[in-house]
Amino acid sequence: MSIRERLSGNEAIAFAMKQINPDVVAAFPITPSTEIPQYFSQYVADGQVDTEFVPVESEHSAISACVGSQAAGARTMTATSSCGLALMHEILYVAASNRLPITIAAINRALSGPININADHSDTMGSRDSGWIQIYSENNQEAYDNFIQALKIAEHKDVQLPAMVCQDGFITSHAVENIELIEDAKVKEFVGEYNPECYLLNEKQPMSIGPYDTPSYYLEHKRQQAEGMKNAKRVALEVAKEFEKISGRKYGLFEAYKLEDAEAAIVIINSTAGTAKDAVDKLRNEGKKVGLLKIRLFRPFPAEEIAKALKHVKVLAAMDKTESFSSQGGPLGAEIKAALYHEKESPTVINYIYGLGGRDVRVEDIGSVYEDLYKILATGITGETYRYLSVRDQEGK
Amino acid sequence: MTNKINIDETISWQEITPGGNVCASGNSEEFHTGDWRTIKPVFIADKCNQCLLCAPVCPDLAIPVKDGKRGDFIYEYCKGCGICAKVCPVKAIEMKADN
Amino acid sequence: MSNLTEIRWHGRGGQGAKTAALLLADVAFSTGMYVQGFPEYGPERMGAPITAYNRISGEKIRVHSNIYEPNYVVVVDESLLESVPVSKGLKKDGAIIINTAKTPEEIKNNYPDYDCRIYTIDAKEISESTLGKYFPNTPMLAAVVKVSKLMDEDRFLDEMKHSFEHKFAAKPNVIEGNMNALIMTLRRLDDDK
Repeated sequence: MSIRERLSGNEAIAFAMKQINPDVVAAFPITPSTEIPQYFSQYVADGQVDTEFVPVESEHSAISACVGSQAAGARTMTATSSCGLALMHEILYVAASNRLPITIAAINRALSGPININADHSDTMGSRDSGWIQIYSENNQEAYDNFIQALKIAEHKDVQLPAMVCQDGFITSHAVENIELIEDAKVKEFVGEYNPECYLLNEKQPMSIGPYDTPSYYLEHKRQQAEGMKNAKRVALEVAKEFEKISGRKYGLFEAYKLEDAEAAIVIINSTAGTAKDAVDKLRNEGKKVGLLKIRLFRPFPAEEIAKALKHVKVLAAMDKTESFSSQGGPLGAEIKAALYHEKESPTVINYIYGLGGRDVRVEDIGSVYEDLYKILATGITGETYRYLSVRDQEGK
Repeated sequence: MTNKINIDETISWQEITPGGNVCASGNSEEFHTGDWRTIKPVFIADKCNQCLLCAPVCPDLAIPVKDGKRGDFIYEYCKGCGICAKVCPVKAIEMKADN
Repeated sequence: MSNLTEIRWHGRGGQGAKTAALLLADVAFSTGMYVQGFPEYGPERMGAPITAYNRISGEKIRVHSNIYEPNYVVVVDESLLESVPVSKGLKKDGAIIINTAKTPEEIKNNYPDYDCRIYTIDAKEISESTLGKYFPNTPMLAAVVKVSKLMDEDRFLDEMKHSFEHKFAAKPNVIEGNMNALIMTLRRLDDDK
């Protein structure tokens, strides 16, 4: 039987870490992820885990310590947010190219500036091309479930890549909500032991890691790394199936909500998906055929599957909680449009930038997006395809 | 992953080791550094008193020592750095242009 | 989502309005409900006005926005009535619960635009007489349970006793004071009816 609890998103991650009982956690505090190492270090102090907790002096050091420790053969984790993840940026690539399946709990927060501590996705979207698997979570439950699944996907022999599990700072990281936890023994059995083929502390088989790579070999290494990422899609589904057996909860590459017959739909990431589901239900009650697709895996991006799920939709809004300053939209919009490019018939795509720096998004805000989409459906006039949702505008005054 | 792989420029992305990691030890002898050389040391056996000061300063494996005596240079490994010539007290090593 | 109850708390940084919202989430959770308890975050400043929220429902809660049209508003610090539009968006059939020594009539006279039921509770007096210190949280928690009828009062007291016993295991003398604060608040609001 699962354990009925109420936890914040950060508590849920710390609890998952406790159940996993990793060999090493190296972390540096940054809002809003600070509570994770804080709670976890309490577990360490209380002897509830036998993890080596490494308090470091910066996030660059945190992830560097993680690289060293995972390379040594230890299952290693950390948590960070915003500028912390940005400071890790250099080493994120090192972890990925050395094929070290470290797990990061990434608590999404805007990158400065102007200085802001609230949620948006500019931090993890800035790391999207670093070679890390990225899994996004709507609420505390998904953050917990995804975190437990992430290391199993990451450590799989066909993948061997680090993973970050993302959730919205404060909105879910600090909100206490109901959650169903899995028994310790089941989690322990599910994650198993980390048994890498090669590791630095293997006295029987010494190894060198992180050598200089000349132009004659770098390309082959990157191609091989890309294969690991491709495999992560298949492995994520296998792991999800196994996870369903211990939790009863189903996970896919993404979640399709009332999408089968939808003529207007949105694609969205993290906590606002929940708010958007309420908007969908409200509009469905009015007889409107609306749906949504919630991203779970952003890296690898399951383009084919997403295109298949969306191609019948007439108008689509890709919702980016970050800017990319491409002057034509955000990273999700770009991925969605690329995914649909090969379809003979595909929806008109409007790319919205929304909720930056923690701007609250209400059911009505999402409702207004569907309204916009229906306007396009009715008039056939697409208009500007790169829009800001609920931004104060001179014209609106 | 195999312990020893002879990685050369014909290796495919499927066969190469992840991240260029080397899951083996004692394999630096497989790495021939001799083609970097522009000048080379020449061993003058008649002058050599077998003091063996040269062998430990060689950064690679270019000076073989057997039964307490050094032999001629293994040019496959010699980068031509000239350290051995500098330390030789009896001038038994001369650096010459390598054609 | 007809059985959804939304509550907005107004307090000052350091007073414990956030803790009160989390306590309410806790006790509602332990009576079997779905809950959300979350503060509105910004830079931490002692004494600055802060807002915290609760959603409590018999069904799973998905929405993750702040609350704009609450069923209930709890004002932990009376001085906020002057500076913060605490009744904004409050549902007409809702209620506002204020920590003050004043009567609801006095409040209504001062703030005629409060278009809802008004409840007042002197959390300071109750807290000081039962705990010997000013902790407004405990009385305000009881007041919101009383006014909202979110749960059975006996069940509420049972759950709180259980929670205090856990929380104050090291200082059991505090448990009785806290329980008395809850009971006194519930009775005071009985008398008001």
